[in-house]
Amino acid sequence: MIFIVSLLILLMLVSAIAAMIYKDLMSAVIAACMVSLIASILFYFLQAPDVAMAEASIGAALVTAVFIIAIRRTKRTEE
Amino acid sequence: MRTVISLFLLFIIAWGIVIVLDEIPFGMSKTKVGDHYIEKGREETGAVNMVTSVVINYRGFDTLGEVTVLFVAAIGLGAVLTNRRKKEKREIEPASLVLYTGCRFLFPLILLFGAYIFIHGHLTPGGGFQGGAIVASAFVLMYMGCRGRRISETASKAVESLGGMVFIATGLVGLAVGGHYFLSNYLPKGALNTLFSAGVIPIIYIAIGFKVGSELAGVIDHLMEESN
Repeated sequence: MIFIVSLLILLMLVSAIAAMIYKDLMSAVIAACMVSLIASILFYFLQAPDVAMAEASIGAALVTAVFIIAIRRTKRTEE
Repeated sequence: MRTVISLFLLFIIAWGIVIVLDEIPFGMSKTKVGDHYIEKGREETGAVNMVTSVVINYRGFDTLGEVTVLFVAAIGLGAVLTNRRKKEKREIEPASLVLYTGCRFLFPLILLFGAYIFIHGHLTPGGGFQGGAIVASAFVLMYMGCRGRRISETASKAVESLGGMVFIATGLVGLAVGGHYFLSNYLPKGALNTLFSAGVIPIIYIAIGFKVGSELAGVIDHLMEESN
């Protein structure tokens, strides 16, 4: 149990750093989506299923969609 | 040099946070209100899901504020993004066959799952906000896959307003019948752990589910319309 949680936290940290250093914004958005998804799994492990649902549906689905629409309107790469 | 200085300052801030957090005894509540909710929540509200009993019953007024914040945000986004000038009809490139078929297959299932979440808000984890967000994500999927289709803006606004009005009217009836306060649980509680129980909680959560779902779908609709 503690091993799985530590692995998830490590993955979350890696994807958060990846979201910062990617120059391709689409990849950065997907990495940020990954952070939200792992956060929702961790909320579930912490016995907060209500928060996990809100995090998964809003953080992983809707916010990602809004970012992708914004990227389509602007440039895809960061200078 | 600047990197070294900023790293040093970040280290000092982190050290301060660690020192402060070390002093706080976590897991020991000093207030009695949480114990009251855990012990008396079921018989006072009739809701098995404790989070729902707090969100809708004990702290219903705060939930009204949250719904209002979301409403104002959606209205503001609509006011900023809606452009009145006539746009020329452009041919929209259709999605691939796999995405199109998958969307048509998954869309009703996701809608059903969202409706299940907010109708069973007083029994299982989840509630109006979560269910509404899942319903809105079904609309996101439809916008990605079936590019030509749109939801009617009038219908989404009507559903949104109706949801808000049902919420406030349910609260005001409690004020009117006497002996109750705003958003009190005045309907019969029913048997614990059944669908028709917990008084006004299912009514309010269904209203919130419709409202949040149509608001978030409207936000996505405005953004997509702007981007096409």
